[in-house]
Order: sequence, then C-alpha cells, then structure tokens
Amino acid sequence: MDLIISLVINGLATGMLIFLLASGLTLIFGLMHVLNFAHGGLFVWGAYAGVFSYAYSGSFIVGIIVAILTGLVFGFITEKLIITPVYGNLVQQILITLGFMLVLQEMIKVVFGPNVVAVKVPELLAGSWQLGDIIIIKYRIFIIFFGFIIFGLLHYMLTRTKIGLIVRAGVMNSDMVQALGINIKRIFLVVFMTGSALAALAGMLFAPYSGAIYAELGMEFAIMAFIVVVIGGMGSFQGSLFAAILVGLAGSFMAYYVPYLSLAVNMIIMVVVLIFRPQGLFTTAKG
Amino acid sequence: MMTSLLKLDNVNTHIGQYHILQGVHFEAKEGEVSVLLGRNGAGKTTTLKTIIGLTPASGGSVTFLNQDITKKATYDIANLGIGYVPEDQGIFGDLTVEENIKVAMRKETDESKEKLEYVLNLFPDLKKFWKKAGGNLSGGQKQMLAMSRAFVNDSRLLLIDEPSKGLAPIVIEKVMEAIVEMKKQTTIVLVEQNFIMASKIGDSFTLIDDGKTVRNGAMKELIEDDELKHKYLGIG
Repeated sequence: MDLIISLVINGLATGMLIFLLASGLTLIFGLMHVLNFAHGGLFVWGAYAGVFSYAYSGSFIVGIIVAILTGLVFGFITEKLIITPVYGNLVQQILITLGFMLVLQEMIKVVFGPNVVAVKVPELLAGSWQLGDIIIIKYRIFIIFFGFIIFGLLHYMLTRTKIGLIVRAGVMNSDMVQALGINIKRIFLVVFMTGSALAALAGMLFAPYSGAIYAELGMEFAIMAFIVVVIGGMGSFQGSLFAAILVGLAGSFMAYYVPYLSLAVNMIIMVVVLIFRPQGLFTTAKG
Repeated sequence: MMTSLLKLDNVNTHIGQYHILQGVHFEAKEGEVSVLLGRNGAGKTTTLKTIIGLTPASGGSVTFLNQDITKKATYDIANLGIGYVPEDQGIFGDLTVEENIKVAMRKETDESKEKLEYVLNLFPDLKKFWKKAGGNLSGGQKQMLAMSRAFVNDSRLLLIDEPSKGLAPIVIEKVMEAIVEMKKQTTIVLVEQNFIMASKIGDSFTLIDDGKTVRNGAMKELIEDDELKHKYLGIG
C-alpha cells in the first residue's frame, strides 16, 4: 500500500506538469487549429529564464514570475511572427514550428551555455514528510496542488467569464464567433500567450523536480504533451487533465513494475485510444 | 419611399479557384423582407456569406448604411449592425442556451436586456431550456436560438439562411410568424427554398442563377409570373 501511494504521488506530479504543457497546446489547437511544435521550446525557455532568475534573486517566486513573463513575451512573438503567416496550412505549421523549436533550443545554448544546469528545490519545499512507512516528497505535493490550482483558475476562466465563453465558442465555430462581432484574432493571441505562459510555467516547475535542465528537454516534453492532447481529445481542456494524469500514473507504475515498457506505455495508450475512439476521450461537440 | 439599407453592386466572389458569384446585385430596403431565391448551388448562401465577410468579395461592392463594407473584417461588419443566422444555425453545441446568448450580447445594456426579453417572449421554448446545452435542442429550437442570438444586439439588418430547412411544417409556421414579428423592428434578407413561405413573408425578391442576379422586383410580380417561377425555381 505504501508503495502504491508513493507511485500515485509520483504519477500525479508528473501528470500535472504534463497537463500544464498540454492545456495550452490543446486550447491553441482547438481554437486556432494550429499544431505548435515550438511549444516545447517555450517550456525549456521558461525553465532556463526562471531558474537563472531564481538563482540570481534567491527567490523561487521571482523565478516563477519571470518564467510566466518569458512565456507571454515569447508567445506574443511566436504568434505574430511564426504562426500568423501560416494560419490554415497544417503542413507549413508543422515545418515552421518544428524549425522554430530548433531555433529556440539552440538559442538556449547561446544565451545560457550548452551545459546541463543543476537546480535545487527551494528550501521551503525541500525535504519530505514521513507518514508511517510512507515518504512523501514535499515538492511533488506542491506540484500537485499547484497544478490543481491552475486547473481551477483556468476552469473558472473558461466557464465563468465572458472571454472564457468566447474561447469555448471559438473552439466550436470560430466563423460564427466573428459573425457575432468578436475579433477572433485578438482572442487567438490571448489564448496563444496564455498557452505559452503555461508551458513556460511548467518548465520552471519541472526544473527543481528533475534537478537538472538542458536545452533538448523541450522536445521530449512536447512529445508527451502531444500524446496527452491526442488521448484527451484535441481542444478539450478537461480531456487534457484526465489524459495527463492517466499518462503520469501509467508511467509511474510501469517504471516500477515493467521498466522496459515504461517509455512505450504512453504510445500504447495513445494507439488504443486512437483505435477505439479516434476523436479522443473527451471531445468538443459541434453545434 | 423606403431608403436602401444594403446594396450589392456587381458582386463577384471566388472560393479557392472557383468563381461562385459572377455579378450579384440587389438592394434591401429598410423595414422590408428581401428574399434571395434560386436553385441549389445558385449562390444564395455565398451571397449572405459575402455580405457578412466570411467569403469576401473579389470584385464589385457591398454598401451598408452608405458605407462600403466590401473589404471589412467579419466582426467589423457585424458590429455595424448586421446579424447573421447561417444555414446550419451555428449553435455552440457545448454551451447552454444562456451561454449562447451571452456570447452574442456585446453589451448588457437596458436596451439589450429589453431585446432579450422580447425574443424570449417570441420563443418561450428558449426560456424553458435556458440551462440546456445548445447541441441537445431540437432543430426548431436551434433555429429559434440562432435567430435570437442574431437579433439580441442592435441589429439593423438580419441575414437569415434557409430557416425552414429540415423543420416540420408546424415549426416552420412558428419560425415564419417570428420573422414577421421581427420585421417590425429590423430589416431582413432571407434565403429560402420554400417558395410558399418566401412568398408569404417577402416584400421583394432577387432571383440568382449560376452566381448572377437574373431578376429583381416586388414579390407580387414573381407570384404572378408562372414562366419565371418555372424557369428558375422549377415550380408553377
């Protein structure tokens, strides 16, 4: 039982990090029909900018704020310069965002250096609690709570605010939203910047979790996020949370019980979902 | 004499490589119901989409309230006071009736609340299913919601695409009554295949064939012209 609780905590923490990355990706795809392979680059930029600010200022909160701001700025630049010219053309989107992903990755090496950077867990969140035979690592609990708070905030924004209603409506029928007098391009930009900020935040939270960051990290996590988006259903925010937790838990349990399958488990889940429910587990109904 | 609210002059529209509209012209006069008629694929729906800017014109001009709107963005055109009810109704299926209306309401003023009250009285079913998802409404209820959504803002002109399509006769009656009621407050451009319905509520007509306007006039003229009806609508 102790082991199971530990594996669940590990799985939930990983799942929450993937969720932060995937939630932006799913909204961007759902609303804008844009496949953004550069999303992982924003993850790694958030990690580096946040970690260096954290090291410089000594404050983890400053690191989080800088990571979010980095995500917003890079999101703005990416949408305006990279995405806008290729709206409506999936092949061009894949090529240009993959290319931009590599540019972001190499820029990390130019700006921050090519070496792996070690990251410490902030003092307040370091260490663990011992409950009987169970050891609970504080930082993992922090990530789980933080992830649920972000989910709650996003859920509130999407369901209780006017802009959230517009985003949900836009995912279903963006032409109709425009015909109701709403500038959908402005909404696209807000969603893209929010998604980018979430990716950067995920990168910053991941850094102390893994203990080290490197430039190629973005691509590894972006693939995981894409798998989650496909499993949850393109455009479904709740689907992303469910799929991220599923992938996180499956990875955690498989790594312990069947280690040689742990890397393949996400792919296996995705293939099974695609066979039986190609639109994903949670899908957005059309009007 | 009634003033012209909307004017299309030699409008041409391309969709990809296809030249869909090849010279559409008509005027919608204030307070009237102008009906666009023609066979399937004649270009009626594209004409509405061109007016609202979803398939922008590649030639000619669209003028609304003496303002050239040919090259304007869809949201700018809508904000000038043009409401659009598409052929598939464009309901946001996951949103409730209330949320569908909220997305459409640009400002929550006393005037817009009054308009909302007005449409809810016109379509009491919407009040009944206020918290129900739009995707779960019947075809008729979706039509009512789509029309309410377009009407709830300060729309000087409503573009309604085939409101009777796929509806039971009793529901068509209701929709028709609602259009007659809405006409008291706004101008309407209607695309309609159902000639009986069109002839009952239309004041003027525009016949479109192969993307071109072939005849404009008062609805009365068309009702009396069996040859024209037979040639372009296959009836009479």
